[in-house]
Amino acid sequence: MPSSEERLRGLLLRGLAGESSAYHMFLKELAAHLRAYLRKRLTRLPEEVEDLVQESLLAVHNQRHTYDPTQPLTAWVRALARYKLIDMLRRRSRTDLLNDPLDDDTELLAASDNEAAEARRDIGKLLAALPEHHRLPIVYVKLEGLSVAEAARRTGMSESAIKVGVHRGLKALAAKVRSGS
Amino acid sequence: MKTDELVALLATGTQAVDTAALRRRFLAAASAATLVALLLMLALLGLRPTLSDEALVPMFWVREAFCTALAAAGLVWVARASRPGRRLGLIPVAIAAPPALMWILAAASLLAAAPQQRAELIFGQTASVCPFLIALLSVPLFLALVWTMRGLAPTRLRLAGAAAGLAAGAVGALVYSLHCPELAAPFLGIWYVLGMLMPTALGALLGPLLLRW
Repeated sequence: MPSSEERLRGLLLRGLAGESSAYHMFLKELAAHLRAYLRKRLTRLPEEVEDLVQESLLAVHNQRHTYDPTQPLTAWVRALARYKLIDMLRRRSRTDLLNDPLDDDTELLAASDNEAAEARRDIGKLLAALPEHHRLPIVYVKLEGLSVAEAARRTGMSESAIKVGVHRGLKALAAKVRSGS
Repeated sequence: MKTDELVALLATGTQAVDTAALRRRFLAAASAATLVALLLMLALLGLRPTLSDEALVPMFWVREAFCTALAAAGLVWVARASRPGRRLGLIPVAIAAPPALMWILAAASLLAAAPQQRAELIFGQTASVCPFLIALLSVPLFLALVWTMRGLAPTRLRLAGAAAGLAAGAVGALVYSLHCPELAAPFLGIWYVLGMLMPTALGALLGPLLLRW
């Protein structure tokens, strides 16, 4: 059996090549690994775990163009998750609550946890609060699964405005998630 | 929204991602900004008129190689610092080596010089303006690199900012050297290094502010 690293890396590379179903599987499995990783490090803030899993997934998606296919996936994901974790703790001025040193070399992909808790922050609500030129492309293309052309027809926006809207809208969503508004 | 729903949302309708675009974007930003620095130097300071004569002196090429090596190391550092989880590898060595070699040259030339000539080797004619002009010429590339990095994912913001500052400083020094009359190793080892350190320190200071995402 291939290791999680090889398996997930294969899925991500197929996803980066445009294969949605492989990318879906990648994110789904990655979510479980992120959950295990964050749960272990936030035993004193268990209610934050699922929010941070979601924030990290959004980060992985928005920054997926920074993955260098010649590099190990574990190192890339771990650096992203660690950045989001420290960022969250810093925002709450709670670095004291970290119960595990972050620079140990624990393999992020070694453990996995499928027991999703309820996220406290509702990304759906944040999405609804985005301006139309961001919200509509995301709703049509990402939620309803319409093609870019179809979404363009429904909204009266151009196809490139739809693509840009999805891209920038998800970045704006990540910024809203981060600021907690 | 549940995590599974978020995953489905993110995965739906994804397009192919061009992983090589990042390198192209860096190259475009760096070349455009270097050109701006060059024009700035030509407009404010002017090309050194005796440049073609000095190009026959070996020390001229030592100076150019010194700036070029640091610029290359700085730009590679910037590219690595912009990707999560990339190790620095030999970057610290590549950054430390040019100044170390320059200081060895400087020590040798100071030891060989008569005591009354040493101040001239250290201060030259332009020590009081050199670091500031290098820092000034580093501004276009610094801005371009920060702008590019904001679209990427640096995770160690102080180091990433310092990397942008060093790369910009070294390119600034390279551009400035086409105006600069100084070729003595002690001068270069002190004032050029100081000129590059200024944007580096500024980058480290501003990194967490400018590069957060």
